[in-house]
Amino acid sequence: MVQERTLPQFQAPAAQISPEEGLRLYEDMVLGRYFEDKCAEMYYRGKMFGFVHLYNGQEAVSSGVIKSLRSDDYVCSTYRDHVHALSAGVPAENVMAELFGKETGCSKGRGGSMHLFSSQHNLLGGFAFIGEGIPVALGAAFQSRYRKDALGDSSADQVTACFFGDGTSNNGQFFECLNMAALWKLPILFVVENNKWAIGMAHERATSQPEIYKKAAVFGMPGIEVDGMDVMAVRAVAQEAVARARAGEGPTLIECLTYRFRGHSLADPDELRSKAEKEAWLARDPIKRFEAYLLEHNLTDEGGLKDVRDRIQTRIDDALTFAEESPEPSPDDLYKYIFADD
Amino acid sequence: MAETLLFNALREAIDEEMGRDDTVFVLGEDVGVYGGSYKVTKDLYEKYGELRVLDTPIAENSFTGMAVGAAMTGLRPIIEGMNMGFLLLAFNQIANNAGMLRYTSGGNYKIPMVIRGPGGVGRQLGAEHSQRLEAYFQAVPGLKIVACSTPYNAKGLLKAAIRDDNPVLFFEHVLLYNLKEDLPNHEYIVPLDKAEIVRPGKDVTILTYSRMRHHVTQAVKGLEKKGIDPEVIDLISLKPLDFDTIGPSIKKTHRVIIVEECMKTGGIGAEIIASINDRYFDELDAPVVRLSSQDIPTPYNGKLETLTIVQPKQIEAAVEAMVALKV
Ligand SMILES: Cc1ncc(C[n+]2csc(CCOP(=O)(O)OP(=O)(O)O)c2C)c(N)n1
Ligand SMILES: [Mg+2]
Repeated sequence: MVQERTLPQFQAPAAQISPEEGLRLYEDMVLGRYFEDKCAEMYYRGKMFGFVHLYNGQEAVSSGVIKSLRSDDYVCSTYRDHVHALSAGVPAENVMAELFGKETGCSKGRGGSMHLFSSQHNLLGGFAFIGEGIPVALGAAFQSRYRKDALGDSSADQVTACFFGDGTSNNGQFFECLNMAALWKLPILFVVENNKWAIGMAHERATSQPEIYKKAAVFGMPGIEVDGMDVMAVRAVAQEAVARARAGEGPTLIECLTYRFRGHSLADPDELRSKAEKEAWLARDPIKRFEAYLLEHNLTDEGGLKDVRDRIQTRIDDALTFAEESPEPSPDDLYKYIFADD
Repeated sequence: MAETLLFNALREAIDEEMGRDDTVFVLGEDVGVYGGSYKVTKDLYEKYGELRVLDTPIAENSFTGMAVGAAMTGLRPIIEGMNMGFLLLAFNQIANNAGMLRYTSGGNYKIPMVIRGPGGVGRQLGAEHSQRLEAYFQAVPGLKIVACSTPYNAKGLLKAAIRDDNPVLFFEHVLLYNLKEDLPNHEYIVPLDKAEIVRPGKDVTILTYSRMRHHVTQAVKGLEKKGIDPEVIDLISLKPLDFDTIGPSIKKTHRVIIVEECMKTGGIGAEIIASINDRYFDELDAPVVRLSSQDIPTPYNGKLETLTIVQPKQIEAAVEAMVALKV
């Protein structure tokens, strides 16, 4: 087994959080986890199809970053996008319905698991090819700057958060976009979710410099390494990067050290990752860790946590019912949405 | 009326549209300070500033994706491909995101963008700079593909493309930038989806586009002297094809020759023939003939290059042979 990187230490006391805010983060993480567990169940019961990539284990990244954004900011994801969509505010009903291929899905059943979109929530996608979302996110960030500086709209201070994996950081679009974002000081966060693996390719076998955050320096951009299993740490780093971006000070590369608790997709037998590695990371479950934090700092009690979990369980059950009962798209609409006038 | 070169007609279109709508912007390699490699964006940088005429690094796939993201969030980008061939590097963003994203998003986003620039076989530019990407891109759903051929249609079509809410691939031709024509002083738009009847006639329908329109026009001079009366149609829209114009012509002449600059295999003509068979097979008095470029990388040598693309004499001969066929 490859030597694990030492996780950066985070000074918890410096990060103040209100009980409401703490429970909001907790709720978002639990929502992500329960949603994905339900997806696995439905997939194995033959209710959903295609390649389905679950997010279990990485919740602290989605919640820590996206909950640090405003609702008019932009989020750009990958094929592992269910939980980013949920954090961005897309209702669980519409995400689940999309996975069921229903007309009520957030992409009207035309997209599927890897193509979640919601213009209402400024979710830019859902991109099934690795890396191709990064330029699109860059375009949204450019648009904010364009409105501000070319059109003189001082309220155009929206920030874009762009998520992708360790494997994707070896793709040209990553480097090209880091260059342009730094060159034009665009309001964007490049959030690398380094879960150590790109399907069966171990990160160290794919890259000459495994410490991805260091790649920011050559572009004159801040690069930050953070414990991606600690939502408070991710949140603190994200808040700072968002503030910089909003103030017109440009992009940040954030490398979150994290791990996926399931196979690459539900079709992956997951035979390459060692038991020891999996157990070491399971012990750092970001949800359990945050529960301990909330209790330790008297932000809630066991009852408060259970209330959240019960509420989310109900929401997931409702989402499932909604998805199951929703209609399929009409065959008459096969050609709808190819062009803007239809 | 003002005599205008084709590259200036394009420039006027961009200038007018940028003046009319401040969400319209240009991006690409050397479009700004340098004014574009064929001067289509000359002086616009000075007029509109560095964000609206954005000089990008040489990163075709990424700046194309960036334009998609900007278009999704409300801007109207015009990408200049320094040479359309370079956009092979942007194939992914053009196909997956410009072309298909609206559909996969279930209509969540529209992508109003224009991807324009010089294509076609020039003068001894070698294989890589002599590409005709229209054939490669025609299978991508969600893209409109247009080829301009005169200063008049170049200006009016580009304005229409900029105003269209869909991604438009807009092909110019390296050898047509210096064509001259008197253009109206008043504003005008040429619809993207209408073919142009260049010359009405009754004996045979010649379907062509881009530079080959001018080879056809040359051939027609010889044919007229021989008493042959062909109908020449400039397709303008390569996707979707304008069968409202093509169809009636076939019903009139019952004979079709396609003259194209793309290669024969999997070309625009191949698609047209298949569509004609679907729709008008019973109208035909002869099999459709297509004159295309050779299926080879365009050679550098001038003589070989001439042999690679269709010449006016060949068009003349093909039309004569077809008209001579007894039904
Ligand atoms: C352009 C492209 N090539 C290959 C794939 C197949 N593929 C899907 S995910 C993946 C690994 C990506 O790993 P990483 O970026 O670390 O993200 P993770 O899946 O770990 O979240 C690969 C190779 C793809 N989707 N797109
Ligand atoms: Mg990975």
